[in-house]
Amino acid sequence: MAEKYSREMVEVISKNLHRQQDLGKVPVLDVRNLGIDFGGLTAVDGFNMTIGPTEISGLIGPNGAGKTTIFNLLTSVYQPTRGSILVNGINTKGMTTAKVNRLGVARTFQNIRLFTDMTALENVKVGMHNSIKCGFISSLLRLPPYFKAEKEANKRAMELLDFMGLADVADTKAGSLPYGVQRRLEIVRALATNPSIILLDEPAAGMNPTETEELMHQIRRIRDTFQIAIFLIEHDMNLVMNVCEGIVVVNYGRIIAKGTPEQIKNDPAVIEAYLGKKEEE
Amino acid sequence: MRIKNDRKTQLTNFLTYALVIVAFVILQYMSEGKMLTKSMQGYLIPICVYIVLAVSLNLVVGISGELSLGHAGFMGVGAFTGVIIAGIFRDTIDNEILRLALSMVCGGVLAGVAGFVVGIPVLRLRGDYLAIVTLAFGEILKNIFGNLYVGKDINGIQFAFSSEAIKLAEGGKMILKGPMGAAGIKKIATFPVAFVLILITLFVVLNLINSKEGRAIKAIRDNRIAAESVGINVTAFKLKAFVTSAFLAGMAGALFALNYSSVNASQFNFNTSINILVFVVLGGMGNILGSIISTTVLYLVPELLRELQDYRMIIYAIVLIVVMLVTWSPKVKQMIQVVQVRIKDLFKKKDKKGGSVNG
Repeated sequence: MAEKYSREMVEVISKNLHRQQDLGKVPVLDVRNLGIDFGGLTAVDGFNMTIGPTEISGLIGPNGAGKTTIFNLLTSVYQPTRGSILVNGINTKGMTTAKVNRLGVARTFQNIRLFTDMTALENVKVGMHNSIKCGFISSLLRLPPYFKAEKEANKRAMELLDFMGLADVADTKAGSLPYGVQRRLEIVRALATNPSIILLDEPAAGMNPTETEELMHQIRRIRDTFQIAIFLIEHDMNLVMNVCEGIVVVNYGRIIAKGTPEQIKNDPAVIEAYLGKKEEE
Repeated sequence: MRIKNDRKTQLTNFLTYALVIVAFVILQYMSEGKMLTKSMQGYLIPICVYIVLAVSLNLVVGISGELSLGHAGFMGVGAFTGVIIAGIFRDTIDNEILRLALSMVCGGVLAGVAGFVVGIPVLRLRGDYLAIVTLAFGEILKNIFGNLYVGKDINGIQFAFSSEAIKLAEGGKMILKGPMGAAGIKKIATFPVAFVLILITLFVVLNLINSKEGRAIKAIRDNRIAAESVGINVTAFKLKAFVTSAFLAGMAGALFALNYSSVNASQFNFNTSINILVFVVLGGMGNILGSIISTTVLYLVPELLRELQDYRMIIYAIVLIVVMLVTWSPKVKQMIQVVQVRIKDLFKKKDKKGGSVNG
């Protein structure tokens, strides 16, 4: 599975390892006192958390708790009203979503947002946009750098698709793929941007138990192979408790608990707010 | 690596080039052999110009997914720049092809600059608002040229927005006379040059579509938020498509103007923009070959129906509606499919009957 990688991919992996050693304990994501108001409504308030270089963390909470809003803040879709976000030690204040991505934050979406008219392979190649080194003039005049860059891009895109078991559907239009495959393709597209952290918004939504089981392995494999951090929103408790090393629970835009899966499972505030009252179980 | 989809696009692109080249060779042969009627001969260059306009607009409307109603404005910028440049160098550059090429390049560059200036504020808008604002900018560009006076004498070139402001020395000549437009243009446009312009346009547009830039532009059209999330600078790529499109429209405009003895600003109005848009829509959004074919057909239909006088626009409208129904309406598509299946069945039955007789 994870044996044969091209030179570029090895470089990326080793770069990530290198960064880890270099920065030591500098977290990939450092969020301080984050908050946002929509008019008079406070959607998120006082959100603090740090994610280490190869950590898998989970964000859970009841519907409408503000989970996706937090993801949108982390990726600069919304600009925060209060607080700061540091990606690899750099403050993302005022940056566009595209810039934040170039800093190393990639994401998937709750309601899948693939480029439906393009093939799976093209979707991944769009993800590699910023790493394809080929100028406007070269591609317009079809100079040698264009062919070289395209060839390398195809090769790497196929490797990435293969990594998630999607090599067979490389030529299929993304819009006509089954739901579970589309979810995985979104993850591949996010990986293609060479992120240092990847945000997964309900990756298991709409998947059957077998697919979810498979996804759990894949999430761990992504972390192990690419040495990146993963931060995920999920309603499937089995997945969250099994995969995540740290969990943050939010309700009404505020953190109500933080800790390891064991701690969260036994936290009375969580049980009351999220899992329901003990008597009902 | 074998990628099916790449093969398919390569084949379509090849077909597009082949069709254009074959059409040119045939038409050039016919026109040299005097096999074309005089009016047909006259349509050749305008058709080429409109093909370039349709293909370049397709880049904005079909590939980039932004409805622009000001394409004639950029064509006008190119046309008047071309006329002015050709007028200025009328005596200095003897070679007509060279003068034409220079006019076209200048027309294209200025139209591209206009596209850039218009694009920065306009591309922040989406959907209907973008359409309305591009329409307005198209009219503004048209009116600027409708009020521009350019004169040339021994002392140099003079620009002004009123006829009194220009005082030419003895022997000076007016190149552009405001609302009257330019008259006495030397016709230097030729069919081969028009053909080369189509090839350049196809080369630029097709190469752009099938590259990293083209993928980014299509990604923005398909899903803006997702495109941003993978690190694509949305405004920059929309602008690239818009400016490229304006540049090509400007080149086409210069060629168009230099094919007539006179042009005036009212030729580049809203109706022209809509006409080009109709070519694009009927040829299929994002379909370059479709744009070429639909432009040729839709340009010729009203011209060939000239004998029917008043009825020709009615027939033109009916043709538009029929084509739209056939290509878009699901019911008609279904009907066509049913008919196809029936025809196939018919043949199958015949085969079976034949088989049984033999057996």
